[in-house]
Amino acid sequence: MSETGGWAEHPLVQLTRVRYREFFREPEAVFWVFIFPVLLAAGLGIAFRNRAPERTVVAVVANDSTARGLAEALRRTQGLDVSLSSESAAAEALRTGEVSLVLVRARNGGVEYRYDDTRPESRVARLVVDDALQRSAGRRDPVALRERLVHERGSRYIDFLVPGLLGMNLMGSGIWGVGFAIVDARKKRLLKRLIATPMSRPQYLASFVLSRLTLLVIEVGLLLGFGALVFGVPLRGSLLVLVAICVLSSLAFTSLGLLVSSRVQTMEGASGLMNLIMLPMWIFSGVFFAASRFPESLQPFIQALPLTAVVDALRANIIRGAGWHAVAPEMAIILAWLAASFVLAVRMFRWR
Amino acid sequence: MQSTSGQPALEVRGLRKAYQDVVAVDGLDLEVFRGECFGLLGPNGAGKTTTIEICEGLNTPDAGDVTVLGRRWGKDDRELRERLGISLQETQFSEKLTVEETVRLFRSFYRAGASPQAVIDMVQLGEKAHSRVGSLSGGQKQRLALACALVGDPELLFLDEPTTGLDPQSRRQLWGLIEGFKSAGRSILLTTHYMEEAERLCDRVAIVDHGRMIALGTPRELISALRAEHVLEFALADNAAVDEAPLLSIEGVCAAARQNGTYRLQVEELHRAMPALLGELRRQGAQLAELRTHSATLEDVFVSLTGRHLRDE
Repeated sequence: MSETGGWAEHPLVQLTRVRYREFFREPEAVFWVFIFPVLLAAGLGIAFRNRAPERTVVAVVANDSTARGLAEALRRTQGLDVSLSSESAAAEALRTGEVSLVLVRARNGGVEYRYDDTRPESRVARLVVDDALQRSAGRRDPVALRERLVHERGSRYIDFLVPGLLGMNLMGSGIWGVGFAIVDARKKRLLKRLIATPMSRPQYLASFVLSRLTLLVIEVGLLLGFGALVFGVPLRGSLLVLVAICVLSSLAFTSLGLLVSSRVQTMEGASGLMNLIMLPMWIFSGVFFAASRFPESLQPFIQALPLTAVVDALRANIIRGAGWHAVAPEMAIILAWLAASFVLAVRMFRWR
Repeated sequence: MQSTSGQPALEVRGLRKAYQDVVAVDGLDLEVFRGECFGLLGPNGAGKTTTIEICEGLNTPDAGDVTVLGRRWGKDDRELRERLGISLQETQFSEKLTVEETVRLFRSFYRAGASPQAVIDMVQLGEKAHSRVGSLSGGQKQRLALACALVGDPELLFLDEPTTGLDPQSRRQLWGLIEGFKSAGRSILLTTHYMEEAERLCDRVAIVDHGRMIALGTPRELISALRAEHVLEFALADNAAVDEAPLLSIEGVCAAARQNGTYRLQVEELHRAMPALLGELRRQGAQLAELRTHSATLEDVFVSLTGRHLRDE
């Protein structure tokens, strides 16, 4: 016998320790909860890292003796790559996106720009080329200009992404972690065996909440620590507000997990139901891109989703350093989800 | 606390339970005395599990009255749970926990009871205490289930099909453990469809079929009610038939029946009946294909009451 008596033998402690053991003895669960979000952040962070300003590539159609001179004049402009090619080759390059803009010398001595105005880089190329042409032709700008370049942390994609991934991870581990464990225990008739003992049913459910809250520390620390150390993601808000958002979110998603698993009898049924609930949030809640990109008519629905509130609150805290007051509306939405799903889950829960 | 020593450990009156279209339990009365091992013997689907789960407070009856250790479900649940040990049919414990961790978890639910290690030793799993549940054999898993049922030091033990699916050696090992618990003066209600199990473990047996009790008594009483110590079975070549009336007039033959081409005679004095039977068969010109005999068992009691076997094999 290791320990005897004392707090270690309290049923809530024993039940919670069982949760840890079941989690840490399942390597796949550890991977998806702890490692996967970090890998995702690393991959996306590298893919979308901020690079030196991209060069603008344009082609000049060599249909005229003055074409070469035109190309030479443009080459003197910084950041511009200019090639001379036949009309058909230039059209092909524009079509495949190799060049952003094609210049053709017109009969009247002017220049024709050929480009796709829905492509941002083509619009940029049009402005840069036009500016260079007009200046070399002698244009003088009436307003004096001075430029100062600013590269601010917090405005990059990785800064946007890390809070999103954190919210997504809180949702996944809450709903999956609790849902699968409970449905599995029901399917194996372990739930029924447990209620045949004097075990307190609220303590059983509380053990899931307790274990989630402690695993949360590792989960949040790992992802935010990685973001801060590797990509320099800033943590501008108060740590206390951040902890409050994470705890409340985790409780809400754990309750949602309890609700999802309150009656389902099979793993297949549970898996389908969980994906059904999480799919809209993966798409609409602004994990990978801003939720404001969706049409106005969808916004009331999107803003009511728990993950939208969680991600918004996390971003406000982490990137913008928002305090209690600023995240209060999101916290209210999360709290409403927590209360509603917990009450429903306790009512609907089937022990057999 | 009121004195409860005079009452039965379990009393069931007029129990009835129906599912959508099936009547699982159809007016059952039971009484399990203190210190007794009582067996519910019957084929699959006889209503044994429904009955025992109602007694365990895991299922609710449509009608009837259940008193467990002098108390009732719905009033004294917490108190009762402390005093009962339960082993369900086919519980799968978490495979990732060890034996010791599982028993310790169950021990934590009870106010009083033995130490986890003592219970693990009692069910002879000491060597496996630190093995994962997933690595245990079927017999070891059943002994773990028994350990979890015993860990609260129960007064009354419910065992639903404790040895189903086990090999004969594991079954005998488990019987030994259950006998040990019984000799400590505790009460047991067990369900089984193995007649050997009921004969070996149970002080009294209730034979149930279609949710009703069709016989009650000690295994010895039930068998002797057949008025025949032996059962003689024979079959004829080419599935031929004989005239049954002359068989019944053989001295010592109490009953005769034919089922699936096999004749079954309940016989009192085998040494007299056998030669007479062979003579009668020769007289009728029948050719024997099979002949066997055994001492009467609870299985024969069931067959003589229902015309069917306990297990449809």
